[in-house]
Amino acid sequence: MNALIRRLRPEQIRELVLVLIILLTILFFGTQIENYYNARFFNRISTSVAIIAVVAVGQTLVVLTRNIDLSVGSIVGFTAYFVGQRLADNNEIAPLAAVLMAVGLGAAMGAFNGVLVSYGRVPAIIVTLGTLALYRTLLVEYSDAQTVLTADLPAWLLDLPRANIFSFNDLDLRVLVGGMLMVVLIFYLILRYLPFGRRLYAIGSNPEAARIAGFPSQRIVFLAFVLCGALAGLAGFMFLARFGNITVVAGLGLELASVAAVVVGGVNIFGGSGTVIGALLGAILINLLENSLIRWLAISEFWRDALLGMLILLAVAADAVIMSRVRDIWAHRALEEVEPDQYELESEGSGYVT
Amino acid sequence: MSREERIPRRILDRLKSWEGFLLVVLLVIITVNSLQSPAYLSVQNQINLFILSIEKIIVVLAMTFIIINAEIDLSVASMMGLAACTLAWLFERGTPVPAALAIGLLVGVLGGAFNGFWIARVGLPSLVVTLAMLIGYRGLARVLLEDRSIGGFPDWFDNMGQQALVGPFPLALILFFILVVLAVVILQYSGFGRYVYVIGNNREVARYSGVRVQRVKMTLFIASGTIAALAGLLFAARLGSVRGDMALGFELDIITMVLLGGVSIFGGSGSIYGVLLAILIILNLRNGMSLVNITGHVQTGVIGVLLILSVLVPNIAQYFRETLSRRRTIPSVSSD
Repeated sequence: MNALIRRLRPEQIRELVLVLIILLTILFFGTQIENYYNARFFNRISTSVAIIAVVAVGQTLVVLTRNIDLSVGSIVGFTAYFVGQRLADNNEIAPLAAVLMAVGLGAAMGAFNGVLVSYGRVPAIIVTLGTLALYRTLLVEYSDAQTVLTADLPAWLLDLPRANIFSFNDLDLRVLVGGMLMVVLIFYLILRYLPFGRRLYAIGSNPEAARIAGFPSQRIVFLAFVLCGALAGLAGFMFLARFGNITVVAGLGLELASVAAVVVGGVNIFGGSGTVIGALLGAILINLLENSLIRWLAISEFWRDALLGMLILLAVAADAVIMSRVRDIWAHRALEEVEPDQYELESEGSGYVT
Repeated sequence: MSREERIPRRILDRLKSWEGFLLVVLLVIITVNSLQSPAYLSVQNQINLFILSIEKIIVVLAMTFIIINAEIDLSVASMMGLAACTLAWLFERGTPVPAALAIGLLVGVLGGAFNGFWIARVGLPSLVVTLAMLIGYRGLARVLLEDRSIGGFPDWFDNMGQQALVGPFPLALILFFILVVLAVVILQYSGFGRYVYVIGNNREVARYSGVRVQRVKMTLFIASGTIAALAGLLFAARLGSVRGDMALGFELDIITMVLLGGVSIFGGSGSIYGVLLAILIILNLRNGMSLVNITGHVQTGVIGVLLILSVLVPNIAQYFRETLSRRRTIPSVSSD
């Protein structure tokens, strides 16, 4: 076991543990709930994970740099409403144009956050707490208490949530889910292999060192916020596609859900470690628990949030305990590697005394 | 330098500080408001302006301690809801209201201790723990009341929240003033208050200096939970009925007031005076906006902008001061 742990990177251990917990959860509820393993359940969870996971990927980028974006829920709501209203006014807008509009709008809102955080040097929690309120206010004012109705939206958008990339028996891979997996894969590769991605980690684990090393920290943090906003915009589009009816409360609370997914996924809230795969697994675990607990006949629907809060706490506590164990093992290995030298020094020293 | 020379300078420094700036802003708001509406300065309006947010500003006092200590408590609003729902749930089952009130407060103590345990003993980040409990305590509140709304409390309980107790002041306002005095004395003039600052500045240094970091943090979170529960019970008395989603989202308003008061989100600096001024600013601003018929949503947006500006403006000012002084020093160096 220890030998195995030494071979793996800490993130991989985190992710393996999460996968294990997800599998155990599925097995557990499989014994508790009749007909648990059916296709509709899979489809429902995968679609709701799709939206939250896209937001969580953006949140990961920002959290890696030791910042936080609490305005994502409002960005999702605003873009969903704005694009929905444009599409309702003019059904001729091309699908790609609608997606780009959502992403662009989100990116602009993210850029506003980013400018204030990186160039204005205002702490991210303050900026995004402010824009959380500000963007929601813009939405309420802009919407003028009107609702975007499903009936006004173009047909292609209404068909989108049920559109499949492929299906196997009844098991569908929805377009929205496929899009989400693409986003996760792209950002996984960016974070792992591109200089920009590595610099996010460097800035998060030691901002001072990153500055001395000559990284353009301000520009990188700014970009992280722009990307986070853009992804929230994309999620806004997905939200519109999934629900159709958009009111001013659209996306309310997504900021906390995304932070929860990121944290359960093992991304360090103080920056510098974690992956988007972890964030995706975190989102899956939370959604799986939420949906399974409702169906679990033994408890009422009202228990869901109470248990969810405890589970997030336990996930983080377990992670902290496991990671400190792993760190011990690593420290041991480091000691073993230097031991021969130490041994030599010691024997020399004792020889000198005698 | 004689003493007489120093005193005016000290007053000047005070005015240049964040608190001084807030004071000027407050005076501007009060002046504009009283010009807008003659009703504004009436005693009744001034008391109303407090009463409408009294639960929030009571919790703000505890949150000030927590943030100066370099922690955060996002679970306060959920705790307010949980305490109120506990009261209503017990009342529904025939428990006398005084006993239910005591148990509601006890829930606050236990909830705060639970947060404190994970943060102070286990060492998890408070942002994560209290985020989880924001969901968890709210969930428990919903378990208790499900989707019902419970009212019909005894008259004395409703009166406690809605009627004046002494002169024109209702109980909640009197409690708030008592808590303000306590907060000022503890934070600015007691040893415990110093510990709160020292730990907020540098936890490790505090620990090596023999400060009982865990105990201070534990105390703070228990206090925060208890005061949030108290605020929730007062809220129940004021509204006369309780629902599972009571006080939903209050944590953001509460944190905004603390940060606007000049308390650093990274801990270690800020004062209760600044926070009191920020409370007055936000209450008067909201009241003024209501008087000219600006809706609640716009008010929230304006306060969001205010929050950002409160940190951005000093940063920009500092940036210009630095560039100016650099420009001044560089020529003198080159001429040497």
